[in-house]
Amino acid sequence: MDEMTNREKKTLWENLLSIDRRIIFIFIAIAISLPLFFKTSLKMPVSPVVQGVYNAIESLPAGSKVLISFDFDPGSMPELQPMAESFFRHCFRNNLKVIIMGLWPQGPIQANIALDKVFRELKEEEKAVKVPQYGIDYVNLGFTAGNEVVIDRMGHDFQESYPADARGTPLSEIPLMQGVRNYDNVDLIINLSAGYPGTQEWVQYAVDVFHVKLVAGNTAVQAPSMYPYVQTGQLTGVLGGMKGGAEYELALNRPAKAVSYMFSQAVAHVVICLFIIIGNIAFFTMRKRKT
Amino acid sequence: MNGEIIGVWIGAILTLGIFSFLYKDNPFYKFSEALFVGISAGYWFVVTFWQYFIPKFWDNLSLSFHELVVNGRIDYHWIYLIGGFFGVLMLLRLVPKIGWLSRWSLAFIVGTTAGLQFTRYLESNGIRQVVGTIKPLVVGGNLGTSFGNIIIVVGTFCGLIYFFFSKEHKGAFGGAARVGVWFLMINFGAMFGYTVMSRMSLLIGRMDYLFADWLKLIK
Repeated sequence: MDEMTNREKKTLWENLLSIDRRIIFIFIAIAISLPLFFKTSLKMPVSPVVQGVYNAIESLPAGSKVLISFDFDPGSMPELQPMAESFFRHCFRNNLKVIIMGLWPQGPIQANIALDKVFRELKEEEKAVKVPQYGIDYVNLGFTAGNEVVIDRMGHDFQESYPADARGTPLSEIPLMQGVRNYDNVDLIINLSAGYPGTQEWVQYAVDVFHVKLVAGNTAVQAPSMYPYVQTGQLTGVLGGMKGGAEYELALNRPAKAVSYMFSQAVAHVVICLFIIIGNIAFFTMRKRKT
Repeated sequence: MNGEIIGVWIGAILTLGIFSFLYKDNPFYKFSEALFVGISAGYWFVVTFWQYFIPKFWDNLSLSFHELVVNGRIDYHWIYLIGGFFGVLMLLRLVPKIGWLSRWSLAFIVGTTAGLQFTRYLESNGIRQVVGTIKPLVVGGNLGTSFGNIIIVVGTFCGLIYFFFSKEHKGAFGGAARVGVWFLMINFGAMFGYTVMSRMSLLIGRMDYLFADWLKLIK
C-alpha cells in the first residue's frame, strides 16, 4: 500500500516537472487579464528616483520651458505612454511651456496621441481650465534624423537640426520658440526612451557637455542601466518601467493607466514566483528520491 | 463601421494570430508574422526615403543646384555629395564583383561612430562612474547613507577583483572575488526581474487592447 502511494506521489512530482508550457501560458493569461476587470489601485510608496522626477518639474516656475524628447515607438506604449500622459498633465497643470521632439520617427506621433488624450480629459474634467494652445503653450518639432548628432547640434542651435516644426512653420515664427536658441534657454529636458538613441545618449551628449538638467522615463529593461546615472547626479530622476510610471501618477495624485496596470503586474509576478517555487520543490524532491 | 473600428478589429485579429503560436505553429500565425515583417519593411523604406533621403540629401543638393544656376555660386551644401557617394558604395553590395567597395562606407561609419563615442562614453560611463564610487564610508549621523556607501565601495571593489584573472582566486583574494560574484548575481537578478516586468507590461498592454478597445468589456 505504501509503495503504491509512493508511486502516485512520484508521478505527481514528475508531472509537475514535465508540465506542458501551455498550461503555464493559460495561468499567466488569466493572471494578467482578470485583474484588469477590477478597478483596484495598489498602494505603493513613491521611491526617491521617482520623487526626483516629480520635484524637478514641480520646482519650475510657471512659464518655464521644458523640452520633451519622445524616443520610443508603439512597441513600448504600455510602459511609456502612461508616463508621457502624466508628464503632459504635470507640465500643463503647472503652466509650463512644452517643446516636443523625437529622435525616433514615431516618437512625435506618440506625443500627439498623448496630447489628444490629455486635452480630452482637460475638456471633460476641468471645463474652467483652458486647453493649451499650439505654438504658445506647446510645440511639436517632429522627428529629425541623426541620433546623437542631433542632440549635439541642438546644444549649439536648435535651428541647425530643426529649421521648422512638424507642421513646417519656421521656428522664428513660433511664439513659444522666441528666445529659444539652445539648451541654455530650456529649463528642463525630459526623455522618454525605449533604446537607442535614448537616455544614455542624452546623458552623454547633453548633460555631460552642456550641463543641462535631465529626467527620464525608461522601459523596465533599460532602467537598471540608468540608476547609476542618478547616483552620479547625471540624471535628476528616473521612472523605471510601469512601476515608475505608476509611482509618478501617485506622486501627481492622479492615478491613471499605469496604476491600474500594476495590479495585473503584481498578480502575474505572484503566479510566476509560485511556479518557480513549485518547480524547485519538485526538482529537489525528485533529486532526493533518485539519490 | 468607420475606419477606427476596422483598424481595431484588424489589430485584434492579428494579435490573436500572433498569440496562436503559443499553442503551436500554424498558418494563421505565419500569415500574421509575414504581414508584420512586410509592413515593417515597407514602413521603414518610406520613413528612410522621406525622413532621411529627401530632407538630408535631395533638398540640400537642390538648394546648391539652384544657387549655382541662379547666382553662379558654389555653396557648402555640395558637401552632401560625399554622403551620397558613400551611400551609392553601400548599394554596390548588390553587384558581387565590386561589392567590396561597400566596405569603404562601413569603415567610414565605424570610424565616425568610434570617434564620436570614445570621448563621450569614456567620460559619461567611465570617469563619472568611477568618481561616483569614491565615497566616504562613514557619514556622520546618517546610518543609511553610510551603509549605502559601504555597499557601493565594497561591491565595486569585489566585482573588479572577480574580473582580475592574473592572480589565482585563493585565500582573501578568492574570498573577495566570491563576494564580487554575489554582487554580480544580485545585479543580474535585478536586471532579469526588470526584464520580466517589461515583458509582462507588453502583455498587459495587449490584453487591455483586446478587452477594452476591441471587446469593450473594460471601461
